[in-house]
Amino acid sequence: MILNYALDFAFLCFGLGLAMNLYRVFVAPGVTDRILALDTMVINVISLIVLYGMRTKSGINFEAALLFAMTGFVSTVAYCKFILRGDIIE
Amino acid sequence: MTGVEQIAEYVIAGLLVFGGIFAVIGSFGLLKLPQMMQRLHAPTKAATLGVGSALIASMIYFLVFEGKISWHELLITLFLFLTAPITATFIAKAQMHRTLTKDDVPPTGVGTEWATFDPNVTSVDPSLLNDRDPG
Repeated sequence: MILNYALDFAFLCFGLGLAMNLYRVFVAPGVTDRILALDTMVINVISLIVLYGMRTKSGINFEAALLFAMTGFVSTVAYCKFILRGDIIE
Repeated sequence: MTGVEQIAEYVIAGLLVFGGIFAVIGSFGLLKLPQMMQRLHAPTKAATLGVGSALIASMIYFLVFEGKISWHELLITLFLFLTAPITATFIAKAQMHRTLTKDDVPPTGVGTEWATFDPNVTSVDPSLLNDRDPG
């Protein structure tokens, strides 16, 4: 089955991307790099959840992916807002 | 296995490989590019394209092999494509706030400063809030 090999390849790619983002979270020249790496980690994790849903043939994971997308967006914006203004909700 | 499933399998496999390569390129660009604004460019575009093709592959997979239309992927794609530019703008503004001053950016030519550096843009104009219930 070519689909299983493609799924394995995609798992490998997104996992590799996640590892590189994790390295960037720990070793970064500035704090905005860390925020950007965390945001990219959220995107990669959403892809991994969707791929896991394809592997297990279950649609139950999509709610988790959607919630992850929302919390990732809100946390990134809150972090940037904190750097810009020193406060999140003024 | 019917012909439609055969074709769908190749399409899904192609989309998965395409998306995986793009995700690796985006995350590698985050490590490799020399300046912060360039590093901002790499993952916001490439990783969104990667997750987009993974979601489309999942949609085709559940439509063809499970026989049900799954709208969640479309919702996730829509949400990600709506929020990615906002996130990138916020990170760019935070980076400008940290590294640049008002003299480093070119003039706007419209009478006001860049919003990140204009001291007059400190909070929401109170007259804009008057449509609330006066009590």
